[in-house]
Amino acid sequence: MATVPALEKPPVVMTEIPAVQPRKGFRRYWHLYAAISPFYLLFLAFGLIPVGFSLYLSFHRWDGLGSMEWAGLSQYRYLVGDGDFWQSIGTTVVIWALATFPMIFLAMVTAVMLNSAVRFKNAYRVAFFLPNVTSVVAVAIVFGSVFSTNFGLVNALLQAVGLDQVAWLNTPWGIKIAIATLMTWQWTGYNAIIFLAGLQTVPGELYEAARIDGAGPVQTFLRVTLPLLRPTLLFVLVVSTVTGLQSFSEPQVLLQNTANESAFSGGPGHSGRTMVLYFFQQTFDNNDFGYGAAVAWGIFLVVVLFSIINWRLLQRRDEA
Amino acid sequence: MASIHGLKPSRAGIRGSRRRALALHASLITGVLLSAFPFYWAVVMSTHTSSEIFSYPPKLLPGTHFPDNVRSLFDAVDFFGSMANSLLVATTVTFLVLLFDSLAAFVFAKFAFPGKRLLFGLLMLIFMVPMQLQAIPQFVIMARLGWIGSMTALIVPAAANAFGIFWMRQYMKSAIHDELLDASRIDGANFLRQYWHVALPVVRPGLAFLAIFTFMGQWNDYAWPLIALTDPDNVTLQVALSQLNGTHGTTDYGMVMTGALLALVPLLIVFAIGARQIIGDLGKGAIK
Repeated sequence: MATVPALEKPPVVMTEIPAVQPRKGFRRYWHLYAAISPFYLLFLAFGLIPVGFSLYLSFHRWDGLGSMEWAGLSQYRYLVGDGDFWQSIGTTVVIWALATFPMIFLAMVTAVMLNSAVRFKNAYRVAFFLPNVTSVVAVAIVFGSVFSTNFGLVNALLQAVGLDQVAWLNTPWGIKIAIATLMTWQWTGYNAIIFLAGLQTVPGELYEAARIDGAGPVQTFLRVTLPLLRPTLLFVLVVSTVTGLQSFSEPQVLLQNTANESAFSGGPGHSGRTMVLYFFQQTFDNNDFGYGAAVAWGIFLVVVLFSIINWRLLQRRDEA
Repeated sequence: MASIHGLKPSRAGIRGSRRRALALHASLITGVLLSAFPFYWAVVMSTHTSSEIFSYPPKLLPGTHFPDNVRSLFDAVDFFGSMANSLLVATTVTFLVLLFDSLAAFVFAKFAFPGKRLLFGLLMLIFMVPMQLQAIPQFVIMARLGWIGSMTALIVPAAANAFGIFWMRQYMKSAIHDELLDASRIDGANFLRQYWHVALPVVRPGLAFLAIFTFMGQWNDYAWPLIALTDPDNVTLQVALSQLNGTHGTTDYGMVMTGALLALVPLLIVFAIGARQIIGDLGKGAIK
C-alpha cells in the first residue's frame, strides 16, 4: 500500500520545490525546533547515548575505572546461567503478583463504592489518594516497624489472639508479603481513582436497563461495568506491571537493616532481592559495570515480555 | 433511585436503601482508616522512647517524647540541610519542566513542521526506556562532568520529560482554540508571544497539575539520588532518611520515625494545596 503514493510523490516534489527550499524550510520552522530542542538534547545526552553505551558496555568487562575489555557474548552467556538472576526474577514476579492482584481487586471495589456514594465523595477521594503522596522511604520505615519481629504491630496482634509470631523480615514468604502489603497500601487508592474516572464514563441508562432486566449488583458489575471498564483495566495493569516489575525502593529500604553483606542484598537468603536490586548490587556494590549492563538488558526484556502478555490476554478477551 | 421508574418508593424500600448507604459508608470509612493508619502509627512511634516501643503490649496512643526524638534527630542528621537540598532540586526541576515541557507541548499540539511525527513517535518510545538502562552510563558521564555528588546530577537530566510533554500536548490540543492563535497571528504576534500571551493563560490548570506532580515526584525520588549523591553529608531528604534508618533503624526507632514523619510535612502541604487538581486530572489522563 505504501509503495503507490511513494511512487507518485517524488516528481511532484521535484517540480514544485526548488533545491534551495530545504534550507528555507528549516529557516521557516527553526523556532519550532528550538522550542522542542531542550527535551531532545537532554534525551540525547542522558537517554539515547546512555542506552547505546549500556548496550556497548554489556559486551565488555569494566570496573568503571580501568580500561574496558572486550568480552563478546560472555556476559549474556553468564546471565542466562546465573541462578541469582533467575531467583531475582522469581522474587520480583511473586511480589508483583502478591501486590497487584489484591490491589486491583480492592481498587475496583473501592471505585464502585465511591461511584455509588453520593455524599463526601471528594473527601473520600483525597483520603484514599493520601498513601500515594508519601515517599516510599518514609512508608518503608513505617512498615518496617509494623512487621518487625520483636515489637511489630502484626506480631503483637498475632500474640494477642494466641497465634505464633512470624519472623516477617527474616523468612522468604514473610519478606515478600511485607513488601507486597506495602505496595498494595500505597497504590490501591491511586488506582481506585483511575477506575472511578473510568466508571464515570459508563452511561447511567445502562445500569437502568440492567436493573429492569432484573440483574443483581454482582451480575450488573460482571456484565455491564467490567466490560466497559476494560480499557481502564488494561491501563492499570500495564502501568502496574511496568512499575511493579522494577520495584527497588520498597525492598531496599525495608530490608537494609536485615541485610548482612550489602544494602542491596534483599534481606536474609536474598528473599527480597528484586531484579533491580540485583542490578544495583552487581553494578554499584561489585563495580561490575559490564555485567550490570547485561542484567539491565535482561530486566528490560522481562518487563517487555510481561507487558506483551498482559496486552494479549486482555485483547483476546475483547475479541471473544 | 426508585423514583426514576415513576414508582412511589415504599417504606421498606427507603429503609433498605438507607441500610445499604450505611453499609457503603461503613466500608468506605474502613478503607479510609486503613489508608490513614500508617500515618497514625508514625505519630505514635515518634512520640515514644525506644524502650517504650520495644515493650509489650505495644503503645497504641501517642506518647510524650516527641520533643526528645526531634532533638536526637537533629543531632543525628543534618535534617534541614538535606531538606534544603530536596527543596532546591524539586523547585528547580519543577520550574524547568514547566517551561520546557509546555513549550514543546505547544509546538506538538498546534504546529505542523517536517519530522513532527517521527519526533513525537520517538518521544513515546522514550516513555518505555527503564531507568536501569541509563543508570550506569549516566553515572559515568556525570562523573566525567564532575557532577557526581552535587545536586546538578539530579536537576539536569530531569529538566524535561516525555510524560509532561505528552500530557500537556493532550491538554493544549483541546484547551487552546485555533481561532485564537489565528487572530493573534493576524495581529502580528510571533511564536514566543503566542506561547506567552495566548497559550499559557489558557492552560494554567494543566500547568498546576504538572507542577504538583513533578514536585512530588522529585521530592520522593530515591534510587538515582542514592547512587549519584556520593557525599554522605550532602544528600536529599530521602537519602538522609535512608541513612538514618540504616544506622539507627534497629536501635532508635522513635527518632527514625520522627524523621520519616517530618519529611512528609512539606509534601502534605503541597498536596493540600493541589489535591483537587491532581485527583481530578489523574483520572482524565487515564481514560483519554
